[in-house]
This record gives sequence, C-alpha cells and structure tokens, in this order.
Amino acid sequence: MSDTQTLEKKKSEPLFSKKNKKLISNPLNDDNPITVQVLGICSALAITVKLEPAIVMSMSVLFVMGAGNVVISLMRNLIPSRIRIIVQLVVVASLVILVDQFLKAFLYDVSKQLSVFVGLIITNCIIMGRFEAFALANTPWKSFLDGVGNAFGYAWILIAVAFFRELLGSGTLFGIPVLGDPAAKTGLYALGYENNGMMLLPPMALITVGVIIWIQRAKNTKLIED
Amino acid sequence: MKAIHNLFEKVKPNFTDGGKWEKFFPVYDAFETFAFVPGHSAQSGAHIRDGVDLKRTMVTVILAMTPALLFGMWNVGLQHYKALGVADQMEFLDLMIFGAWKVLPMVVVSYAVGLGIEFIFAIINKHSINEGYLVSGMLIPLVMPVDIPLWMVAVSTVFAVVIGKEVFGGTGMNILNPALTARAFAFFAYPSWMSGDKVWVNTGGEAVVDGYSGATILGNLATTGQAGTAYADWGIAEMIIGTIPGSIGETSKIAILLGAMILLITGVASWRIMFFSAVGALTMGLIFNAFAEYAISPEQQAFMAVPYWQHLIIGSWAFATVFMATDPVSGAQTEKGKIWYGFFIGFFGIMIRVFNPAYPEGMMLAILLMNVFAPLIDHYVVEGNINRRTKRLKLANA
Repeated sequence: MSDTQTLEKKKSEPLFSKKNKKLISNPLNDDNPITVQVLGICSALAITVKLEPAIVMSMSVLFVMGAGNVVISLMRNLIPSRIRIIVQLVVVASLVILVDQFLKAFLYDVSKQLSVFVGLIITNCIIMGRFEAFALANTPWKSFLDGVGNAFGYAWILIAVAFFRELLGSGTLFGIPVLGDPAAKTGLYALGYENNGMMLLPPMALITVGVIIWIQRAKNTKLIED
Repeated sequence: MKAIHNLFEKVKPNFTDGGKWEKFFPVYDAFETFAFVPGHSAQSGAHIRDGVDLKRTMVTVILAMTPALLFGMWNVGLQHYKALGVADQMEFLDLMIFGAWKVLPMVVVSYAVGLGIEFIFAIINKHSINEGYLVSGMLIPLVMPVDIPLWMVAVSTVFAVVIGKEVFGGTGMNILNPALTARAFAFFAYPSWMSGDKVWVNTGGEAVVDGYSGATILGNLATTGQAGTAYADWGIAEMIIGTIPGSIGETSKIAILLGAMILLITGVASWRIMFFSAVGALTMGLIFNAFAEYAISPEQQAFMAVPYWQHLIIGSWAFATVFMATDPVSGAQTEKGKIWYGFFIGFFGIMIRVFNPAYPEGMMLAILLMNVFAPLIDHYVVEGNINRRTKRLKLANA
C-alpha cells in the first residue's frame, strides 16, 4: 500500500511544471515549427493574404493538433509501429473532416476562401511531425501541451505574415479599411500612397517569413546553422 | 586636393579605435578611399598589382552609362513637349532642363536611399562600405518610367538593397542583379505605374495633342501587332536614335552602343555575354519569323512576324544586355558559362516579350531567371572540365 503511494507521488507532477511550460513556450520562439523547423510553409504562403482566413486556419490547426496529439498519445501503446503512419493519417483525416464540416456549416465564406487548404491540413508536416516525434512517446497531457504549443507557434507566424500582407497589400485589416479609401483617395491615399500589389503574391509571403527568420536569428545567434 | 587631404587627416582620430565616432569608421573609410588611393594593401594571399580596383571599375561603368542618362533626360523633355504639341518651338536646352528636372530627383533618391542602407549595414556589421551600389544607384532610375512617383523608387530601392543584396552578405554576394530586383519589385508591386501607356511620357496633366498615345513600341506590338500608332509611327531611325517613349535609359541604341564600347575597350564587361545575348535574341527572332503563321491571334502573328533583327533595337534588349547581363557578380563566371548565360538571356528575353502580353518587356525576367541559373551553368562547365582532364590523364597513364 505504502509502496504504491510513493510511486504515485513520484509520478505526479504539477500540471504546469517548468518542463510542461516549456512544451508550450519553446515552439513559440526557439523551436518554432515555421521559422526554425521550416515546416508547414505551403499553407503559410497560401492563406496569409488576409487576416481572417489566417486566423481561422490557425484555429483549425490548433484543434487538429491538440486533439490529434491526445488521441495518438492515448493509443501510443496499441499502435503497431509498422502501420503507425496509416493510423496517424486516419486520426488526422477524421479530425480535419470534422473541422471542414464545421467551417462549412458555420463559417461558409471563410471556408470558401480557404477552399482546398482545409483538406490539406492533413498533409501539414507540422502535425505528422508532432505525432511522430512527440505524441508516440509521451503522456496525453504532455502531448496536448506540445500540440497546442506548436499550433500557437504556427499561428503567430501566420497571423504576423497575414497582418503585414493585408495591411500593405490591401490597406485593410479584417476587411476594414484602415489607411483610407483608395477609390475616393482619402486618408493616406490622398498623399499618393498606393497598395503594394506584390504583397498579395505568394513570393512576398515567403520573403516576409524570411524576414521574421532573419530577425529571430539576429536576436538568437544559437539558431544559425553553418 | 591638399586641403581635402588635411581635412581627412584632421578628423581621422575621431574615427579610429578609441575615437569619439569609432562606430562610424566605415563611413570615414568610404569617403577617404573615394577621394584618395587607399594607403593600405592586401595582407595575405597572392595578388596582382594593378591600378584598377572595385572603385575604378564602378566609375568606368558609370561613365559608360552617362551617354544613356544624358540622352534619356533630353528624350524625356522631347516626349513631354511632343505630347503637348510644342516640341518644334523648344530649344535643346529647354528639353534638357525639363528632363533633368524629372530625372535628377530619381537619381538623388536612388543614391540617397541605397547608400543610406549600405552605410547602416556597414556600421552594424563593422565591415567597410562597398562601392557596388554606385552602379546600381544609377541603373535604378535608368530602368524606371519617368512618371513613377519618387517614393516608389525609394521603396523599390530599399527592397533591392536589403532583400536583393544585404541578406546575402552585401556587394559581391548577391544572386540577383540589384537594379533589376528593384525594377521587378516595382513592376509587380505597382503595375499601373510600370506598364501601360500612361507612364512613359510625362504630360504633367496638361492638354495633349489629338490622337496622342504614350504607349511604347512593345506595348503597341503586344496589343495591336503594330509598332506605331497614328500619333507616332515609329521607324527604324527613331528606334536607333531613341526618340521614342520608354524607360529613361533604354531608348537610344546609339548612346548604349557608346557605353558598350567603353565597357569593352576597358575590359570591364564580357564581350561573350553581349555577343551571345545578340545571338540568342536573333535565334528566337528567326524562330518566330519561321513559325509566325501558327500564331493564335492576328496580333500575335503580326508581332511574331516582326523582322528578327528588329528585336535588337526594340525595347530594352540593348540596355539590358550591355549594362545588366554583364554584371560580373550575378552573371556566370566561367568563360564557357558566359556563352550559355548570354545566349539564354537573349533567347528567353525575346520569347517572353512576344509570347506574354502581360509582360511587354521580357529582358528583365530573362536576366533575373538566368541570374538564378548562372551558378548551375558554371557548375556544369567546371564539371565538364574536370571530366575532360581526368579522361586525358587516364589516356596518358594507360
């Protein structure tokens, strides 16, 4: 009786211990899935023209990643390692279909804008990467934190890129004009300012991500590879 | 000269180690070496003793561009007064003054912004300021239409210098030609200011003559298949002399030829790139002439049927080949590689020009494309050389 009690005590760790907190904070900065691991770039380029779809996309990935990591972690001792990729795919595909149906039902306009990219969450390398690298070897709670952390790491880059692309490319934020009306020439446009058409093109998303990477590595020189 | 030298000597202690403005030593160094031959020599490795350094090379290129710049100013004035229908009453000086008033601000903005960024990066990274921007700073205004707002020139310059050059490590490290990066940025970011028929001639919002059209020859060819319009029917002479609308520096083939001669005689630019760019352009022109009957529209057929040699005097082929393709940093480095590099620039330039009406001038995209491929071309040239010599060695040993 006393033996099991000490064992339990050893096992139990505060929910937000230092280690667990790291699981969330690391992917936000030094281990960011986009800027450091360079995963999930395709969607970062494709859906960051406007803020709204970028945020919806981030939320979708947050849900899929959090839930998926927990599910995989719960099943980690049952999955034969030979077919684990198939099992992971089934889990992520079911979750993505849930998200897709939810968006179609409640956020139809955004769902239209995201079009095929909701389905393509399945192929988002970050998700499969976290299933493989983390959830298969860790407890559900830790896996949940790891999934949420990585999703937030993905989200803040997406939202930052979308912010600059929408502001400079269309002069709006969430579809609301903030720099004046380009047609009526009010606000900044009265001074001769014009929207930057290149911000709407995918190369500029790549360059914006590149600039974020640049700033990050200039601040933390440990991240620079040879 | 003595006075300038004394001034440099007087302020020098402020910039050397322990001085008041120690951080700004690169700025001092840049001005000193600009005015005088630097007193320090290379410290290691084998070197060639020569009076030519990067600064002299760059100044030679700028000298070569001067005819195009001066003609560009005159032409800006000419096109302006022609559009207003009063060109006949204007003196040479009137045209020059109007042109200078439009063009010089662009040159000043380009240099101020570009050099400003170079200085900032040199101070942060503690390396000496390179002269590479002296040429880019002159090229940027020459490849822009006259009517583009100055702030767009500034933004494009910032983009070109920071993203095109500094992220790769500054002068000598860039993959793409900085001036073309600036033009490509402006082209995709502000298309309405970089193409069409409104921006090539400055009308100043005044009343224009009947039937006026400010379209370039390539613009006309892409939309109608005819080089000229009723307003201005362009002949071969106009295309060669350069009294046509277009980007500031590109119109006069004579001025560009003059620049090309300076570059070739001083040995600054590669004749291989220029010559084979012409070969490439003529090859593509001949192919178009041969297959003109298979065009998908009558406009395109007329465009494809343009005599092949005319592609060399229409649009910016000449300017791009002489001043952009020969950039020693972003181009191919091997002698054999330069042949292929030049050939494909001409080849793709004319192909894009004729086939894609959305990009009336293909030279910009062709050079940027080949800039990216230049290291690959060099790689295969070097590999080929190694293979040939290994074979020879085997043969000798066998």
